[in-house]
Amino acid sequence: MDTMEKLRILTDAAKYDVACTSSGVDRAGVKGQLGSAAACGICHSFASDGRCISLLKVLMSNACAYDCAYCLNRRSNDTPRTTFRPRELADLTISFYRRNYIEGLFLSSAVVGTPDYTCELMLQTLYILRREYRFGGYIHVKAIPGADEALIRELGLLADRMSVNIELPSNDSLKRLAPQKTKESILAPMTRIRDGIRENAHDLVKYRSAPQFVPGGQSTQMIIGATPESDRRILQLTEGLYKKYSLKRVFYSAYIPLVEDRNLPALNTAPPLLREHRLYQADWLLRFYGFTAGEILDDAHPDFNPVLDPKCNWAVNHPEEFPVEVNRAPYEKLLRVPGIGVLSAKRIVRARRETKLDFDGLKRIGVVLKRASYFITCQGKSASRIQTDNPAVLMGILRDRGLPQGGFQPEMPEQLSLFTPTKEDGVKCLTGQL
Amino acid sequence: MSDRPTVIYYYDGTYAGFLSCVFESFSEKEIPAGIFAADTADQTCLFGAKYIETDRQRAERVRVSIPKKMGLEAEDLLERAFLTCMPQRELHMLEFMRLGYQVGRRVCSMLTDPTVDRIEKAVKFLGREAHLLLGFVRFSECGDVLIAQIEPKNNVLPVIAPHFISRFSGEDFMIFDRTNKMALIYKDGEPSFLRAEKIELPPESPEEQQCRAMWRTFYDTIGIEGRRNELCRRTHMPRRYWKDMTELQHLV
Repeated sequence: MDTMEKLRILTDAAKYDVACTSSGVDRAGVKGQLGSAAACGICHSFASDGRCISLLKVLMSNACAYDCAYCLNRRSNDTPRTTFRPRELADLTISFYRRNYIEGLFLSSAVVGTPDYTCELMLQTLYILRREYRFGGYIHVKAIPGADEALIRELGLLADRMSVNIELPSNDSLKRLAPQKTKESILAPMTRIRDGIRENAHDLVKYRSAPQFVPGGQSTQMIIGATPESDRRILQLTEGLYKKYSLKRVFYSAYIPLVEDRNLPALNTAPPLLREHRLYQADWLLRFYGFTAGEILDDAHPDFNPVLDPKCNWAVNHPEEFPVEVNRAPYEKLLRVPGIGVLSAKRIVRARRETKLDFDGLKRIGVVLKRASYFITCQGKSASRIQTDNPAVLMGILRDRGLPQGGFQPEMPEQLSLFTPTKEDGVKCLTGQL
Repeated sequence: MSDRPTVIYYYDGTYAGFLSCVFESFSEKEIPAGIFAADTADQTCLFGAKYIETDRQRAERVRVSIPKKMGLEAEDLLERAFLTCMPQRELHMLEFMRLGYQVGRRVCSMLTDPTVDRIEKAVKFLGREAHLLLGFVRFSECGDVLIAQIEPKNNVLPVIAPHFISRFSGEDFMIFDRTNKMALIYKDGEPSFLRAEKIELPPESPEEQQCRAMWRTFYDTIGIEGRRNELCRRTHMPRRYWKDMTELQHLV
């Protein structure tokens, strides 16, 4: 099979993997050598689904020995199989990189034969890139659960970021849909990578020249909507992953039914894109806004409000926290106001040292008054024309309006069936800048 | 200074030339109604026109005064503002500087001031466009040289140059900016900027064609049909960039 055909098959098999970020590592180019990395990450293109393309995202091989029910590459599925030769893939990466098509390589794989053999193929590819071609671009590599510890470590020394897929949000679901994987087999490599990063941080303090182990940190992803977990459960799992495993990112992927199985949603089920979008919004609240999972969702509300984003939802249900006086409130309080983001909160703090803020000024600073005006005062004055201590009124005014995007049909609870999510949300929930 | 503008400045379009205009404005105690690069303004107008010669010494005096009076941040902001496509950018920059000389370092924190806000927004746009182009620039191999063309709104070449020089330090490459008629040339480890009207490219080699075809294959395969979203794609990647991007030019 020629490289073109392999590229088509192995890209097609990799496209459901979510993460395509190239962030977390700042590495200047070395004189005379190819490649560098930027901590902010760089998107090189956007696919027809609006997701960012930053890395050459392919599988090493799709000839899988496993038979996971939800997966296209499962052994029992009738699909063409192929495997890249390590040098073939390394050369392809370099020729794309030189033309600035990509920021680097995202290498995952089905299990060819054994996890160890798969790992060795990937390792050879990375070895050719890093040691032979002195490639300085970004490399994200998937750890293959069940592979030897030494091989994972070796991969970590060549890659910028590693990830282990959690796949499904609970052990029960794993048992049902991926019988060859267990919670333990997934968490074991995750733990090893975490410990490797910690040890490495220690070594780097002592020896500046110590080799770097996964400098971009590790991430994971899980499939949403294939199994019955509540949003609250998923969010708690996420919080735990950030805290216990020091993950850089958790990615969610709305389940798109591609294979038939009696344990899975029917083939014509629309992917739960709105739910995925809400999870990302909540994920941001956890990482940058100082929220805890328990604040965002609780026992009484185990699932996201389809018509309000999680931050608005929290604010509407906590009238006792508002209004916030922008000229005095501490940074942490400002962050909790809908319509004020991390950047605008910082700019408010900076600008109010020089002048008293008014609503015009806030607009210039970048605050979204459409949402914020119900929750703030400027020098004691409010710009809200409605009653702000009544959650029902606020919810009505803040709810998402507009038309859903094509293929975007969230399930709505009955009492809210009059509302539809906004166009804006339809766009945002498909963004690839993950 | 008299507040009624009665004069228009013309200058040679360089940063030093602009700084000479600033010097002129302060020494003559006048605020011009406009400051234009000599080849861009139409000469017929109501106001008296003055051509300000670029004076190295005067420009240097102004240049040194900026970090001293209003801080390094303001200096950086002004240098970037000069690269933006904001209409009347020179006049707005002069206004910003007048404010800066008055209030000092505080000027960069005055985020609610319309003058500061204008400059900030323009610079933000420049930064955003430059960041996008770090990814969207597409090189083609022509012999041993990598060549790319861009058509940005702002003058981003000086902003993105360090990135590409660091990344492709072992290569020879060129990026040509059709909007500002300028090329960044990096040869044998030495970068230089050059003015050029346009560039002619030789036909692509079979290897180049093969590589482009592979990239198109990758691009066409990676999108998930069930999640197709044209609006989202255009939001992140405005159509005006497509014509120079290998995987998208056939859609323009």
